Amino acid sequence: MAEPLLVVERVSRRFGGLLAVDGASLSAPAARITALIGPNGAGKTTLFAIISGFLKPSTGRIRYGGEDVTGKKPHLLARRGMARTFQIVQPFAGLTVRDNIAVGAYLRHRARTDALMAADAVGKEVGLDDLLDRPAYALTVAARKRLELARALATDPKLLLLDEVLAGLNPSEIRDIVPVIRSFCARGIAIVMIEHVMQAVMSLAEHVFVLAEGRIIAEGSPTAVANNAAVIEAYLGHGAAAKVGSAHAG
Amino acid sequence: MLSPLILATAIINGLLNGAVYALVALGLTLIYGVLHIINFAHGALLSAALFAAFFAYQKLGLDPYLAAFAIAPASFALGYALQRFIIGPASAGDDRNMLLVTLGLAVLIENALLYAFRADTRTLDLAYAFKTINFGFALLAVPRVISFVAVFVVAVALWLLMTLTDTGKAIRAVAREKLGAELAGIDVAHIYAIAFGLGTACVAVAACLLIPTYYVNPSAGNAFVLIAFTIVVLGGMGSVPGALVGGLFIGVVESLGGFFFGESLGQLGIFVIFIVVLLLRPRGLFGASA
Amino acid sequence: MKAFWPIAVVVAAFATVPLFVHSNVVLNFLVVTLMIALAGAGWNILGGYGGQYSFGHAAFFGTGAYVTAILQVRYGVNAWLGFAAGVAGGAAVGAVIGALAFRAGLRSSYFALVTLAFAEVLRILASVAPITGAGVGILIKLDLRAEAFQFQSRAVFYLAILALVAVALVLTRLLERSRFGAWLIAVRENEDAAMALGVDATTVKLGAIVFSAAVTAAAGCFYAQYFLFIDAGIAYGTWISIEALLTPIIGGVGTIFGALLGALVVKSLGEAARLVTGDAPGLDLMVYGAVLILVIRFAPRGLVGALADAHGYLVRRFIAAPKSTAEAAHG
Repeated sequence: MAEPLLVVERVSRRFGGLLAVDGASLSAPAARITALIGPNGAGKTTLFAIISGFLKPSTGRIRYGGEDVTGKKPHLLARRGMARTFQIVQPFAGLTVRDNIAVGAYLRHRARTDALMAADAVGKEVGLDDLLDRPAYALTVAARKRLELARALATDPKLLLLDEVLAGLNPSEIRDIVPVIRSFCARGIAIVMIEHVMQAVMSLAEHVFVLAEGRIIAEGSPTAVANNAAVIEAYLGHGAAAKVGSAHAG
Repeated sequence: MLSPLILATAIINGLLNGAVYALVALGLTLIYGVLHIINFAHGALLSAALFAAFFAYQKLGLDPYLAAFAIAPASFALGYALQRFIIGPASAGDDRNMLLVTLGLAVLIENALLYAFRADTRTLDLAYAFKTINFGFALLAVPRVISFVAVFVVAVALWLLMTLTDTGKAIRAVAREKLGAELAGIDVAHIYAIAFGLGTACVAVAACLLIPTYYVNPSAGNAFVLIAFTIVVLGGMGSVPGALVGGLFIGVVESLGGFFFGESLGQLGIFVIFIVVLLLRPRGLFGASA
Repeated sequence: MKAFWPIAVVVAAFATVPLFVHSNVVLNFLVVTLMIALAGAGWNILGGYGGQYSFGHAAFFGTGAYVTAILQVRYGVNAWLGFAAGVAGGAAVGAVIGALAFRAGLRSSYFALVTLAFAEVLRILASVAPITGAGVGILIKLDLRAEAFQFQSRAVFYLAILALVAVALVLTRLLERSRFGAWLIAVRENEDAAMALGVDATTVKLGAIVFSAAVTAAAGCFYAQYFLFIDAGIAYGTWISIEALLTPIIGGVGTIFGALLGALVVKSLGEAARLVTGDAPGLDLMVYGAVLILVIRFAPRGLVGALADAHGYLVRRFIAAPKSTAEAAHG
């Protein structure tokens, strides 16, 4: 079987005395949705930063598209089709929505008219078409999340790293944005998503990795992982698995 | 050709000068440590204090060392007001705007001095300015020795302020974690202004210590402030021991550099160190991340 | 080319000035103003569009001035070639400073500091090096021929500097509409987000500083030709670093006409102050310092920004109404 699109091999990252990521390994196949979950502070965003080139790992390798890309700068990875969104949305505040998306589009289109047209198309796809002329700072949180998605999508990625893209959205906004994410997958884009919204993880992800205290403690299908004792303990504390088990049994 | 005695004297003079540099740098690093801004107006404030000390002697006959007791509090008040009513409101926390506002103040103050007092260089003629103390193997200028002692007194006073008083604790809290301090009920704008005032007061004391052996003109402070920047960058932005150690070090470098290469190139050497440190290790020897 | 009409109109309007202004005093004022506008237009590329605030643009201005002066005076090079060499020299200095500063990842205050330091280093070197005339400076021989880029009539100098400013405006407009410009602005707004979208931030900033330095160096070359005398304090002094940054900040950072508008305002204020209180040293810079503070406090996007805000306010208040409830909700 061919190597998955993204392979993270025993990556560790130390910050002084703190081991933020400890020998984490995961993989993400092309055109599939993979989730990375875990309690707060587990090191998920740090792992994303390492994968996308913003941080160098202390040990370990990152393989993307069959190539070792460990330590490569973010813009080079973006050019190879790896796009990422940020946990705290970072729009180009002073620019319009269209111009925001265009920055991503310019990666694949040199000419201004082409980039703007591509930006319009992506904006429509993500549901921002009536906001294209708005300044980014005037958008609601939900709209900003879509803008993050649109910008990343405009770079024509093969792999999309989504960092808590659903955080801060209310249930109806989540319900609206999930199909958009699913549609990326249908286009052939692989997605790795860090998420806390469990219902979305369950419905979207085909494979789930669980990170706790920097270590991968479980992986598998969403239901398997949800019933995993170690995972329950990581979220709810020591002894919780037994309690949950007995509650189910009783 | 080069006697170790002469070298030793150059080094000691460097240390003595360095103490005053350290004081100027201390003010700068205090402001940076608390407000996280680089105070480009530092040099102009030094020039203003020099003029104040000059006129205190000329018009009121006040010896600079005595005048310091009046000029320092006045400078504190000025610094407080500047931060509270001009810099703070104008910059609204935006890094780049703060840079511009302090630059604007620097230009305004320096040129106000130029406009009011012209560019002529003045000096004070003090009786003890050229007296020396016999230090065994070297003759040291009295004002320089007094400066050295005074700077350490000031440093200790500041340290006591920071560790023992409530205000000092509040300052350290804001420096470390502004949001948390705010949530704990500390009036951050007030603390910022106090920190700025203290930094300005340091500079004022330095001016009074300098004036017996230095000159007064509107751009006199500039030469100092670039040295102070070098020290702060070398010793680490926001680090008090860094400012002190760095000041002494730079004083010695300047003394030796001037000794071997002449004054202009000595200055150049300091700038080169500055650039090199900025490029290679902006957090300096003791400081936190840039 | 719809996008260039405003520039064409403005430049044409300026070009007509010598037709009805014959006073040398006024023409001189306008020449100096346009020269400062050119220096500011250069700063604006790095600072306004790129968001990297340099406090040492004198390094580029002075290099342009000295290169052209030295080539003419010591090596007999033609003034126009000297001009081109001066621009190239300024660009080269920009490349060096940029390579060092941006590779080291310097941002914001640290970047401002390092540019200040470089300018000072150059000033000190120029004040002691024999080739720059050390403390005495360099005097370009009076040679009122077009081939020597010197003109009898001030009006011709005026048109020359206007042409240079026009070129700078056009280049800035091209920048705004190019991929490089979009990337540069993205880096200004949020460097990390830009990198995640494939923007090579370091290279983009380097390109910006080289471009910026070249334009400001051109202003320096012009200074040398117009005043025929430079020394370290003139060429590399803080006055030009300040004026180069002041004009776009006041006029409107990151806008085409910001530097031009700012230069007109700043220089006019300086003249007005001088008329009111007499020609005392320090007065104009004092006014500039005060204006800078006031602008940052009350109109941080400069005059262009303030005018745009006023325009937007008037439009919203008296003309437009929300198109739909959806728009009102989003807006």
